[in-house]
Amino acid sequence: MYVYDAFDRTLVAERVAEFRDQVARRLSGELTEEEFKPLRLMNGVYLQLHAYMLRIAIPYGTLSSAQLRMLAHVARRYDRGYGHFTTRQNIQFHWIKLDELPDAMADLASVGMHGMQTSGNCVRNITTDQWAGVAPDEIEDLRVLAEVIRQHVTLHPEFTFMPRKFKIAVGASAHDRAALRVHDLALRLHRNGAGETGFEVMIGGGLGRTPFLAKTIKPFLHKRDVLSYVEAILRTYNQFGRRDNIYKARIKILVHELGVEAFAKEVEAEWQSIKDGALALDPAVVAEIASRFRYPAYERLNDSPPELAAARRADRRFDAWIGNAVANHKVPGYAIVTLSLKPEGGTPGDATAEQMDAIAALADRYSFGEIRVGHEQNLVLPHVAQGDLPALWCELDAIGVATANVGLISDIISCPGLDYCSLANARSIPIAQEITRRFRNADLAHDLGRLHVNISGCINACGHHHVGHIGILGVEKNGEEFYQITLGGKADEDAKLGTLIGPAVPYAQVADVVEDIAAAYLELRQRPDELFIETVKRTGVEPFRERVYAAR
Amino acid sequence: MTSPLEQKIKVIGPVVVTANRVGDGAVVYRRADGGWTTDLDNAAVATNAAAAHELIEAAVADDLRAVGPYVAPVKLTAGGQLRPGNLRELIRLGGPTIDLPVTFGI
Repeated sequence: MYVYDAFDRTLVAERVAEFRDQVARRLSGELTEEEFKPLRLMNGVYLQLHAYMLRIAIPYGTLSSAQLRMLAHVARRYDRGYGHFTTRQNIQFHWIKLDELPDAMADLASVGMHGMQTSGNCVRNITTDQWAGVAPDEIEDLRVLAEVIRQHVTLHPEFTFMPRKFKIAVGASAHDRAALRVHDLALRLHRNGAGETGFEVMIGGGLGRTPFLAKTIKPFLHKRDVLSYVEAILRTYNQFGRRDNIYKARIKILVHELGVEAFAKEVEAEWQSIKDGALALDPAVVAEIASRFRYPAYERLNDSPPELAAARRADRRFDAWIGNAVANHKVPGYAIVTLSLKPEGGTPGDATAEQMDAIAALADRYSFGEIRVGHEQNLVLPHVAQGDLPALWCELDAIGVATANVGLISDIISCPGLDYCSLANARSIPIAQEITRRFRNADLAHDLGRLHVNISGCINACGHHHVGHIGILGVEKNGEEFYQITLGGKADEDAKLGTLIGPAVPYAQVADVVEDIAAAYLELRQRPDELFIETVKRTGVEPFRERVYAAR
Repeated sequence: MTSPLEQKIKVIGPVVVTANRVGDGAVVYRRADGGWTTDLDNAAVATNAAAAHELIEAAVADDLRAVGPYVAPVKLTAGGQLRPGNLRELIRLGGPTIDLPVTFGI
C-alpha cells in the first residue's frame, strides 16, 4: 500500500479547505451553479436524480483497512449507510448533502482519500489488476508505476482541461484482469525476445456510444520512457482532440478519424522532443516512491495445509466457495480471496457500512490490513494464509459476501441505472437482481460456468455492456424501458465487442431472454468444459437469436 | 448545455417545473407562489407553453435555492392529484425502485 508523505497530505488538505470555501460561497449565493459546477466536478461531486453523489478514487484498487473503515464512517455519517463500488475502482456515495461534503472530504483526507480527478476532462483514476503484486502470472507489480503516473498528472495544469476525460489502465499479467483494451490508454507490461520487460502501449479504446478496442501504437516501450511517452500521448490528444462536439471528443474518435498510424506518428514526433528530458524516469525517484509502498511480511508457509483439505471434505458449501472465490497466490501457503458483492437479489457492487467495517476487521486479521477493489465490482483480500480460509469463510458468509458466484452468471457488472443516475434511460439494478434470482441454483450456475453479464442503463456504458459475454443495454422507447442484448463481448486479453442479436426486448422479458440464452448454450455446447464465450465464438449469435426471438 | 430558457418548450399536457434543492440535492417542484416544495401536489401546473415558460424563467432566476430546473410532464388523477408523467419522474419523486442495501437485510 502507498503511504502518503507530507506533500501528499498537504495537497489533499489544501483541496479540502479550498472546496469548503467554494461550498460556502455557493450556499451563500456568491457562486452561481454555472460557476460552481466545474468546481464540484473537479472534486468528484455530481448531481444525480435524488441527491448529490460523491465519487472517491481508489487508486489502482488498493485500500487499507483504515481507509475502508473511513468509507464505512462516511457511509454512516453522511450518507444512507452504504456505498457503491464502480467499474473503475472508485466508490460512490449517492445521498451526500452539499453542506456536509467538506466535512466528509476532510474525514476522507485523514486517511489519504479524495475525489480529485474522478470527474471532469482530466486523467481519471488509474486502474489496474486487483491482483497486482500477488498474482502468480504477473511479471511485476505495476502499482508503483501507476503511482508515478498518478502523481505526475494530478492537478497537472496542461491536462486539467483536455477535450474529454482520459482513462488509463495498466497490467502486467498474461491474463488481463484490468479490461485494458477498453481504456483510452493502456500499458501492458511484457517481455520481449531478449527477456527485457517493457510496455505494449495501446490507445483509443473505450465503450460508450461509439465503442472501440484500443490499438497498439508501440509494441515495446522501455520502462524509463513511460512517463515521457504518456505525456506525448496526452499532448497529442490535447492538440488534436475535438472540442466542438462532446460525442466526438474522446481520444478513440481522434485515433479512428486520424488513423492509428498517423496518430502514432504525431505521438512519436512529440515524444522524440521530450524523451531525454526531465520526464525520463529517474530510478532514484521511482525508488523513492516505491519506498512509500508497504508490503506484507509473509510467513514461510506450505501450500495446501491439511486442515484446509479436511475442511473442504467436511463442508460442501465451503468446498464450492474455495473452488470459486479463492485463487492461487504467488507466495506459497497464501491465497487470493474474492468477496462477492453480488448476493442473490442484491445491488451489484453495493456494500453496507457494517459490511465495510467487518471486512476491514477481517483484512486486519487475515490479510495484512489490505483490501482490493476490482472492476467487476467485487472486493478482494489479497494475502490470506490458506490455513485461515475456513475461519475466514465463516465470517465472510455471516456478512453476506461469500456467495460462490465469482465469474458466474450472477456475478453481474451493473451501473446504477435509472434508479440513481441522471443520464440513464432505463433501470439496470432490478434487471441484475432478477437475473440473480433466476440463477439462484448454484448447481445450474456452476454448470453454466464462466459467464459474464454486463448491464448498462444508457449508451454511456458504465456497466461495460459491450464487453459482457451477455451484454444488456437499457434504452427508452416511447416512454418505456427496452433492452438491447449483445453476445460474445470480452474484456480480457482477447477483448472483443459483443454482437447485437436482434430488436430490443421490454423490461419484463429481459430475465426470460437471459434464461433462453443460457438454455441455448447448454444445448449448443459440444462438451461440458466449452465455455459460453467459446460456444458463441464457434456458433456465432444466430442460434441464440433464433432461440430468443422464436418465442417472442 | 443549453440553458433551459433557450430550449423550446413543448407542452402537450399538464407540466410542472422541477429541480434539485441546492443544499441536499432533494427533488423539488416550483410552487405558484415562487417557492419550492418536495410535495408534487403543491406544485404549480402549467398547461401551455407560455405558462411553462413563465415558471421556468422564474425558477432559473432562483439559482440560490434550486439547481437545474426543467419542465417535466405530470398526470392528473381522477381525484385531482398530480402524478409523475414518466418513469424517470416517478423515480425522482419516489426514490429508487429497489430496496436500498441497508433495508435489503444483510
